[in-house]
Amino acid sequence: MIVRFDVNGITRGVEAPPMKRLLDVLREDLLLTGTKEGCGEGECGACSVILDGEVINSCLVPVCQIEGSRILTVEGLARDGRLDPLQRAFLECGGAQCGICTPGMLIAARALLDQNAHPSRDAIKEAIAGNLCRCTGYVKIIDAIEQAAAIKQ
Amino acid sequence: MAVGQNVLRKEGYEKLTGAARYIDDITLDGMLFGKTIRSTVARGQIKSIKFDPSYDWSTIVVADYRDIPGKNYVALIENDQPLLAESEVRHYDEPILLIAAATKSELQTAARHIHIAYEELPAVLTIEESLDAGQLLYGTDNVFKRFLIARGDVDEGFAAADHIIDGEYRVPHQEQLYIEPQGMIAIPGDGEMTVMGSMQCPYYIQKALKQLFDLSDEKAIVIQTTTGGGFGGKEEYPSMIAAHAALLAQKARHPVKIIYDRAEDIAATTKRHPGVIRHRTGVKRDGRLTASEIDFVLDGGAYVTLTPVVLSRGAIHALGPYRCDNVRITARAVATNTPPNGAFRGFGAPQVAFAYEMHMEKIAAELSIDPLELRRINMLREGDITATGQRLALSVGSEDVLNAAIERSQYLPKKQTIQASNAAFSNGDKRRGIGLSFFFHGAGFTGSGESRMKAQAGVEITPQGRPRILSGSTEIGQGMRTIFCQIVADEVGVGFDDVEIEDPDTSRVPDSGPTVASRTTMVVGRVVQLAAREVRDKLHSFVAERFGAAEARIIGGKFVANEKELGTFIEIARDYVAERGELRAYARYASPPSIEWDDESYSGDAYPVYSWGADVAEVEVDMDTYEVTVQKITTAQDIGRAIHPVLAAGQIEGGTLQAVGYGLLEELVWDKGRIVNNRLTNYIIPTSLDAPDMETIIVEKEYPNGPFGAKGVGELPMDGAAPAIAAAVYNATGAFVFEIPITPERLMAAIGLLAR
Repeated sequence: MIVRFDVNGITRGVEAPPMKRLLDVLREDLLLTGTKEGCGEGECGACSVILDGEVINSCLVPVCQIEGSRILTVEGLARDGRLDPLQRAFLECGGAQCGICTPGMLIAARALLDQNAHPSRDAIKEAIAGNLCRCTGYVKIIDAIEQAAAIKQ
Repeated sequence: MAVGQNVLRKEGYEKLTGAARYIDDITLDGMLFGKTIRSTVARGQIKSIKFDPSYDWSTIVVADYRDIPGKNYVALIENDQPLLAESEVRHYDEPILLIAAATKSELQTAARHIHIAYEELPAVLTIEESLDAGQLLYGTDNVFKRFLIARGDVDEGFAAADHIIDGEYRVPHQEQLYIEPQGMIAIPGDGEMTVMGSMQCPYYIQKALKQLFDLSDEKAIVIQTTTGGGFGGKEEYPSMIAAHAALLAQKARHPVKIIYDRAEDIAATTKRHPGVIRHRTGVKRDGRLTASEIDFVLDGGAYVTLTPVVLSRGAIHALGPYRCDNVRITARAVATNTPPNGAFRGFGAPQVAFAYEMHMEKIAAELSIDPLELRRINMLREGDITATGQRLALSVGSEDVLNAAIERSQYLPKKQTIQASNAAFSNGDKRRGIGLSFFFHGAGFTGSGESRMKAQAGVEITPQGRPRILSGSTEIGQGMRTIFCQIVADEVGVGFDDVEIEDPDTSRVPDSGPTVASRTTMVVGRVVQLAAREVRDKLHSFVAERFGAAEARIIGGKFVANEKELGTFIEIARDYVAERGELRAYARYASPPSIEWDDESYSGDAYPVYSWGADVAEVEVDMDTYEVTVQKITTAQDIGRAIHPVLAAGQIEGGTLQAVGYGLLEELVWDKGRIVNNRLTNYIIPTSLDAPDMETIIVEKEYPNGPFGAKGVGELPMDGAAPAIAAAVYNATGAFVFEIPITPERLMAAIGLLAR
């Protein structure tokens, strides 16, 4: 089937089997490999994307469900070569180490800040609880999200 | 100066924009996908392998051990682990066959049409069964390796003791759980093989490929791609995957990609060694240790792999950072029919650290001495002698870290408040507890390891005049690319942004040794610094000849003589290359001459230097559900000079949280040698909500033989959190849990014992 949807502000049409995972469509059909696969069962959050304003695990969404939707991936965060404040803050605070969870982490943080511009530390912890990181102990990720929220004002 | 500054991570932009290319992000023309067919018994003889005749095999590439042109083993210490099983399987999920196909779905379907029959043999699944030696798996007693560390006279020490205290401690398997699963792509060439992928040690893989495929150094090329975490899990196992991909690629004459899914990764790859550690300690009434006898046993799994080295590090650290003149440490690693255990951050030390610190808590309790006081009475200080007879001479931050953690956490006042609040405990409340741990970690290879390795690294000048680092060390998230560039920037006197670093590729960079053992900054960083110094000296000679300015100095990135600027470093380096051709220097690591180690008696200077740590954990225990919540960990760690404080703190925080997982959450469930919970749904690692608040204090006791005073940091933080949490749980409940993880079930049982 052909599915049409918006990715990072561009309308795309993809011919794919209806049950193909959105994750694979992004990575294989659209060559947007910034979105990662860590577990394939919705536990690690490495494949997080924003789908119509909500963070979802793209490994759990079949492409047939996204006709007409708007999707934001990590590749859509920086605009015209300018990093999103979150990306800048992750860079400065040491929020990315090996980097494999980073795209999903940034996406979860972006969705949080879109809904709550001034989250508490607890709200940040809650918002990224679906994104596993094995490198950082989360401290510098939380620091980075706090810093980005402060810059945004 | 770049050293000591929190410069931006060298590869940070790529990682933050999604542009960084991990192995699964790479697709090559004509590339096939590969899969490993594995054993479904823990021990047995392969009776038959049947390929379903109703399935069309014409598009499937199949390889088995007969396709290996060289020797069928994955080169490591004993070369006992086959790349593919021939007739016997020794653990569940052991590789037997390889298949490749053009699509992943074809691959999965084909795999379901292969049927392997076994004659099962009795499997040995635990340390106790292995030591019984009812079934012989290795040698005459199932013992892969043993070490004895002896100092003084333990009999005399026990005779002089007022109390003798025994304890037994158990530590579990732990999965590294890097978030990027293992993966490789092999590309066949004309008489050569190129493998790229996720790894810590390109030269390990090259060594394995050379043996398996009868290749020379030049014909076995290994390239590291951006690697999504390692923690030891990508030290030795990637050699297996690389060679599997290469075998399929050789047969198919196409590139082959193998990416493990999470279930396969957890089930088949290496884990932290589980162990049993028994302490018998003689103590004076005032708390001084007079004798320590330690029996330390690790489960090595089905093949030797790196087990002897893990055992060695564990044995050397087994007494802990304490003074005791009469010591006898017996260490054994045994064979079982479980997947081989291997490298995991800490490498034997977290296992023994849980035991020695819990034992200190037990001694303190039995003697009614404050646990902090007991540490202060016995701790190693500068000039003291370790279990292997090493006199601690340099960079001993032991007291500094303990004092810093105690003061910053307000351990003593909090302990009093907690005692009062627990005294007023009523049903439905949570009990609170606070506990500490004190630990050390030898940086670099054990004993004569670094002297034998002679790690090599280089620095060259690019045609544009910029210094470029050539090293086989790998970036696995720890920040090696950034730190090496900082070291070179300051050594030659240019800006951090002017320094480049070559990607790890065995055809372009020398063997710097594996990226393991907290050695990258301290050992390889030192070699990089020496190579940079040589390049700088050559440029000084060039400037002396060209400008007659032998006294020229590099100030602010410029050569300056008699207050006159002769040109920037970059300009002059560029001119050098244009006029004289390449400028490149290699250096090798030489152990400090004072280091003496005897492999026979296992005595002497086990490590060139130690890093030191102290943790204070604060917990809450729900007395209805027995769930433990870690609220805060304050940690002080002496790592020598922090080249990059933010990266160093990142190592400490990340390692500490892995140790929280080790102490509280992470546990494998086994069924006849098979891991049952090989998914992220049921193998639980800490999330942001499980993570305690952390306060990190970096103590910088500079080490003169490390680059700019740096020591190792990577593994140290893994050692301390589990025993600190267990001590805090004891403080909260009065119950000792001698086996981790401290699950509600184990805590309930321990509290139940108190009531009896």
